[in-house]
Amino acid sequence: MDNNKAGIVGYGAYIPRYRIRVEEIAKVWGADANSYKKGLDVLEKSVPGPDQDTISMSVEATKYALKRAKIDPQEIGAIYIGSESHPYAVKPSGTIVAEAIMATPDIHCADYEFACKAGSEAMFVSMSLIKAGEMKYAIGIGGDTSQGAPGDALEYTTAAGSASFIFGKDNLLAECLYTHSYMTDTPDFWRREYMHYPRHGGRFTGEPAYFKHTIGCGKKILEKSGMNPSDFQWAVFHQPNGKFPKRAAKMLGFSFEQIKQGWLVPLLGNTYSGASPIGLTAILDVAKPGDLIFMVSYGSGSGSDGFIFKVTDKLPEVQNLAPHTRYQLENNRIYLDYGTYTKYRGKILKAE
Amino acid sequence: MSVARYWREIPRRYRLEAGKCSNCGYIAFPHRLVCPECGSRKFEDYRLKDTGKIVSFTTIEVGPTEFSDQVPYNVGIIELGDEVRITAQIADADPKDIKIGGKVKLEFRKIQQDGHAGVIKYGYKAVLV
Ligand SMILES: [Zn+2]
Repeated sequence: MDNNKAGIVGYGAYIPRYRIRVEEIAKVWGADANSYKKGLDVLEKSVPGPDQDTISMSVEATKYALKRAKIDPQEIGAIYIGSESHPYAVKPSGTIVAEAIMATPDIHCADYEFACKAGSEAMFVSMSLIKAGEMKYAIGIGGDTSQGAPGDALEYTTAAGSASFIFGKDNLLAECLYTHSYMTDTPDFWRREYMHYPRHGGRFTGEPAYFKHTIGCGKKILEKSGMNPSDFQWAVFHQPNGKFPKRAAKMLGFSFEQIKQGWLVPLLGNTYSGASPIGLTAILDVAKPGDLIFMVSYGSGSGSDGFIFKVTDKLPEVQNLAPHTRYQLENNRIYLDYGTYTKYRGKILKAE
Repeated sequence: MSVARYWREIPRRYRLEAGKCSNCGYIAFPHRLVCPECGSRKFEDYRLKDTGKIVSFTTIEVGPTEFSDQVPYNVGIIELGDEVRITAQIADADPKDIKIGGKVKLEFRKIQQDGHAGVIKYGYKAVLV
């Protein structure tokens, strides 16, 4: 066994059933739904139920990952959850998820935050610990129930979902061949302590933020690997709206066909820390042995994590052991009106 | 429910941990000290199956204070794969879609939270499959 080998041994995604359409939000704010739909390339977004949060969705995503990995949860040495909507300001999310899957007490745990990049950070660290030989398995999770202020452009896209990856050395579903991280201090989006909704730099979020880091990271990891965009069957990027990942793909030399499977945002919205990780699960649901997968996340603040995965012969055996991501996205949807949506999201509160 | 009681109940609320009588196989959920079937005091750890079917259900229109902002919500008696019956909320479901005998699975959900500053309590709810 190559000692430096590490990769994904189990994966799963969880998307809540509730949805709200762009029209339903636009109607309330007197906005033109069609221009939002065209401008953002988003038709609807997922909404967490009133009893769902980053922790509960991450438990379900991790249960699916365990069904595919078929490992003893007691052998998991670390659990890292990346989110900008950890339910507690102080108290880890990871303890609850680890307890729910029976992975306590011999386990390391930390919650990560880096806007929308927190999930890929959790993946990066989990995988690095495996590469270093520190433990047999480690879990990296990206999940969010992101919030946009009522009437803000973000309200049309802020969505909910979680993706969980179990990393290990043996029985890999996809080997991680290369990683690269890229970041600078760029204040394009932030939320201060005690504030309910984030603030953003408007147009500033595009060129110097999303594109600079996504393209910067993408170019560096291609360089490191000596690979070309045409070597890859699949690519997935952070998807705050439909337009950005399409343009980033084009700038790096990837076709729309390569990103289509993991481009979930038109029906899902922006799941923040879950966005590119959930896109990766949709790709793993259909990828074939030998396929190469290119992934670059993005988080405001700002930075990107890049990964290159190679699918093994084992992936097809486990793809159907848990619900596919696109199945969850496209089936059993429950559509909400704006009033119910604001109640579910805690934007309006019942009198005491 | 106090934080201490919630914490003590984590194994059964998060992981459906039960006790199985070593003598007659009776499954006690929650755990018991003495088997009601055979009087034995020996139990093995057992985890309930997380799928089952609806035996009976009702829709709560006026709930207790801590659940009042959730109304209307559905509560069902669920028979799990191991023939153990539990009471659980049936989440994400319009009452007209719930049927006796309908298949469900248990999902991890928020059950209750103590206001804006208190602890968040998690556990299982049933969802239609
Ligand atoms: Zn007995």
